[in-house]
Amino acid sequence: MVLRENGEGVEVAARDFPTNRGGLCQKGWTAADLLDHPDRLTTPLLRDRPGGELRPAAWDEALDLVATGLRAIQERHGRDAVAVFGGGGLTNEKAYALGKFARVALGTRHIDYNGRWCMSSAAAAGLRAFGVDRGLPFPLADLGRADTLLLVGANPAETMPPLMRHLADQRERGGRLIVVDPRLTATARQADLHLQPLPGTDLAVANALLHIALTEGWLDRAYVADRTTGFDEVRRTVAGCWPAEAERLSGVPVADLEATARALATVDRAIILTARGAEQHAKGVDTVTAFINLALALGLPGRPGSGYGCLTGQGNGQGGREHGQKADQLPGYRRIDDPAAREHVAGVWGVDPAALPGPGVPAYQLLDSLGTAHGPRALLVFGSNPVVSAPRAARVESRLRDLDLLVVADFLRSETADLADVVLPVAQWAEEDGTMTNLEGRVLRRRALREPPAGVRTDLAVLAGLAARLDAPGGFPTDPAAVFAELRRASAGGPADYAGVSWDRIDADTGVFWPCPDEDGPDTPRLFADRFPTPDGRARFRAVTHRPAAEPVCADYPLHFTTGRVLAHYQSGAQTRRVAALRRAAPGGFVELHPDLAGRLGVAEGEEVRVVSRRGELRAPARLSPAIRPDTVFAPFHWPGAARANTVTNDAVDPVSGMPEFKICAVRVEKA
Amino acid sequence: MTERIVIVGYGMAGARLAAELHARGGDRKVTVLGAEPHRAYNRILLSTLLAGKIGEPDVELVEVAGQGADVRTGTAVTAIDRAAREVRTADGDRHGYDHLVLATGSRALVPPLPGLEPLPDRVVPFRTLDDCRRILAAARGARRALVLGGGLLGLEAARGLAARGLDVTVVHPVGHLMERQLDEPAGAVLAGTLGGLGVRTRLGVTATGVAADADGIRLDLGDGDSLTADLLVLSCGVRPDTALAAAAGLAVDRGVVVDDRMRTSDRRISAIGDCAQHNGTLTGLVAPAWAQARVVAEVLTGADPLVRYRPRPVVTRLKAAGIDLAAMGDAAGAPDGGGPVEELTFADPARGTYARLRIRDERLTGAILLGDNPAVGTVVQLFDRGAPVPSDRRSLLLGRAFGAAPAAPAASPALMPDAATVCQCNDVSKGALVACWRAGARSAAELSAATRAATGCGGCRDAVAGIAGWLAEVDPAAGHQEPSTDRVEVAG
Repeated sequence: MVLRENGEGVEVAARDFPTNRGGLCQKGWTAADLLDHPDRLTTPLLRDRPGGELRPAAWDEALDLVATGLRAIQERHGRDAVAVFGGGGLTNEKAYALGKFARVALGTRHIDYNGRWCMSSAAAAGLRAFGVDRGLPFPLADLGRADTLLLVGANPAETMPPLMRHLADQRERGGRLIVVDPRLTATARQADLHLQPLPGTDLAVANALLHIALTEGWLDRAYVADRTTGFDEVRRTVAGCWPAEAERLSGVPVADLEATARALATVDRAIILTARGAEQHAKGVDTVTAFINLALALGLPGRPGSGYGCLTGQGNGQGGREHGQKADQLPGYRRIDDPAAREHVAGVWGVDPAALPGPGVPAYQLLDSLGTAHGPRALLVFGSNPVVSAPRAARVESRLRDLDLLVVADFLRSETADLADVVLPVAQWAEEDGTMTNLEGRVLRRRALREPPAGVRTDLAVLAGLAARLDAPGGFPTDPAAVFAELRRASAGGPADYAGVSWDRIDADTGVFWPCPDEDGPDTPRLFADRFPTPDGRARFRAVTHRPAAEPVCADYPLHFTTGRVLAHYQSGAQTRRVAALRRAAPGGFVELHPDLAGRLGVAEGEEVRVVSRRGELRAPARLSPAIRPDTVFAPFHWPGAARANTVTNDAVDPVSGMPEFKICAVRVEKA
Repeated sequence: MTERIVIVGYGMAGARLAAELHARGGDRKVTVLGAEPHRAYNRILLSTLLAGKIGEPDVELVEVAGQGADVRTGTAVTAIDRAAREVRTADGDRHGYDHLVLATGSRALVPPLPGLEPLPDRVVPFRTLDDCRRILAAARGARRALVLGGGLLGLEAARGLAARGLDVTVVHPVGHLMERQLDEPAGAVLAGTLGGLGVRTRLGVTATGVAADADGIRLDLGDGDSLTADLLVLSCGVRPDTALAAAAGLAVDRGVVVDDRMRTSDRRISAIGDCAQHNGTLTGLVAPAWAQARVVAEVLTGADPLVRYRPRPVVTRLKAAGIDLAAMGDAAGAPDGGGPVEELTFADPARGTYARLRIRDERLTGAILLGDNPAVGTVVQLFDRGAPVPSDRRSLLLGRAFGAAPAAPAASPALMPDAATVCQCNDVSKGALVACWRAGARSAAELSAATRAATGCGGCRDAVAGIAGWLAEVDPAAGHQEPSTDRVEVAG
């Protein structure tokens, strides 16, 4: 989108771009409402004593207090007693600087970010199979040319409306759209075929699809032989995954499974995409792996117009996971436990590789440990609102309250900022330059249109101010262009290589696809054409099998609970709940349940209900809808307080990715 | 000392147990003794192999390797010495055990008919991989095949052979096919479906004898008729292989009697799969065998000492190209137990569709679904979990899952209420579009520019165009006003 200064303020206009094709949803159109919002923070806030009120303070006082506090805590409890929590909405420059700040200025191993709750399962599965994690290894426009498109746990009609233009193209060309979702969503309504599995059974569905492809003789055996390893074990495993068993687990009829397998296997161009519905599980990595296995067995990845991809969630969900906000990662998607990577990055940063800390722990584990005997005593939060967005949020809230020092940088007073000892007002999107990397791996520019309001500093300036007070080695430039130049050098040679990406080059074209190692060389719109970035150049199959949800239903908690988004709101809602038009469109939380279930509970439309799990309860009005399974209830996760869906969610995590099981837990529903 | 576990039988149950034990790690030596010469295979896929859609490597099962696993194929066990806690094999070896698991499976029944002793070359039971190879060898160059037995397995074999282009007739002594799972009307619909797939049926007639020579075989029937073919496949049921257990003095009924932990009358010996009889029941199915393997693995490794085998309700599923059948519970016969029941039926025999559901106390007690039944997945889950059925029963017979209505066709603009949302992405109602028109917008493009309708996903483009066209007809007078470039407040 583009912005125009129209004399009175900033106005949003759509930009005809290959990704969104000129489309914007209401969140985009109204984004400028936040720039001069009355709730905008324009001065640092301090809390003088626990339980006291936040009061305005000068920047020097606030930063001095933070630096002094961090020093004192680290002197008493060690370097790892300070933790950093980032966000997938931060620009590449900020994500990079944050990772560097944690490792160099604080010397802590504890940094992770909210993208752990978003992309981590797909990222881990992609790395395991392909040797690289780029959401889409092909341009989004390929979707419009697919003969068959399978969307698993994705609802772009509400989460990413402009993407639907590609789907409309696809259907106009006669392509088939198949949607897997426990709810008959706005996206599923447009599908040629909707598979409506019980939450938590996507893996069984994927294995059954591969079983069918195997027993119908639809595999691309030449591709499997030439471009992959590990298929025999997968073949033997899925041979025992009968469609009838998947039907029993998921409720998806065998005939629909067969139609899906046929639609994928017997066309030229087929694309399989997963999203949070399949990924936010304690078996999210294996679930994605099962769909990758299916794609590989059908010979899709690397075939023009075909492939597997995942729909990245946050604004910079892709770039945000490449440059060092992750606990185990250094810029360029390097591993922090790889000696060569440490040496390269330490060289760019001008520090001793041995001084870099080792890997930390994933986001939930980090938050869960805050303020405990061996956990961090201080936390710096940038671009995230875990009080609303974390699983088992009441527990996380209690951990935050037990900290000695909580610092939140935000431009609005989020629910997490409400708990902070220090709140730092920072710039927002139209006020700073930088880059974002979208779901295609396409690096894009964000341009500053105006100066931040008086009293507001950029995140980069906050980090620089703290680094100076902490006498940090290495430089912390406040100019995003200088940070990007450093990021390019730090990422050079890594899997996500930005060395050849310059702002000018992005501006001259419609973005630049990584890897792009050479400023004069090509970028990479499509990966995997000839080889996979694995040691032997082959993609790796891995046998996986279905396992039950971490928390099975029982007599006391007989219903499945799942969460998701509504069209008008974004993430924890800290921003969108403050936009009048969006608030009108979706004023508050609700609990969606099937009329049959409501009838058995004696609940009428609009009546307040309680959704109770072992971890807590949410209260919200009932919304009756035949679009959901009668054994499952749904609530959107954008609201705090009584309607907070994450009070209920399960904090069981995936053993590989650390992804929490947001998408299924056991509950009961009662009249409030 | 390392615990020694010996598994007798390397079929689907034995192989699964070995894999389950392996997956749990720990310090134990697992020896698997299989009588068949090849590695474990997936019996369920044999009919697919018969149909020629897959090759032999595709029926391999996951094999355990390394780390304390010792798999010996072609090793038949001849005796169990319970006192010495060892088994003896045909080649004279002895294997001591701390725990022994019998997974000896079952054998195909050969009916006591004249002409089947010894079994002629062109007459083959359908049970093992070797049987499958023999059938395929006999089918090469064959035109006609007979299948004796119209149960699930016989029909799968018939379907597989028909897929190879053979002319197949199924002979079944009962008046309708799969009588244990189906009622008579369902059997008739199924026979019709099979007929369309090139499988003929002769029902309610017994076989009285077989004559075979180099040219083919002849099957004599009780009604005096006889059928000739190049090949006869026997699918007349199976019998648990309990010989070892019986000889060792274990409690044996129709199968080896086991408790909820799959233990036989000797606490050091368990039995799983087709050879085991739990709570008076033989399973003969893979899913229960694998569930039993998991129970034994949990018990033996101490992972879950409280684990018990709890059989799941049986759902019989026949799914082959052109056939879609699900049968469960008491639907084939009289209701189990007393009390009022609801019966729902739907039949469209000409299209091969039949459905029958039995409901008591808001729960399904049985169902038969044949042909195109979109709610089959829902029915299976409701039956499996004993969950309450929908208030609108029709959704189970006719509907897509849960009876959710298909997307409604776009209402004509005139009938649409003003409050109806046209553009979801930007929350624009029909009323807002009408207001915008009255304020001077004159085309779909102008409506979109002013209200942002259709600027998100684009899915309502046609609807906005339709409304613009309708307004142009019914409200042309509004054109007197100057077109306004002001943004119209659209949210309502």
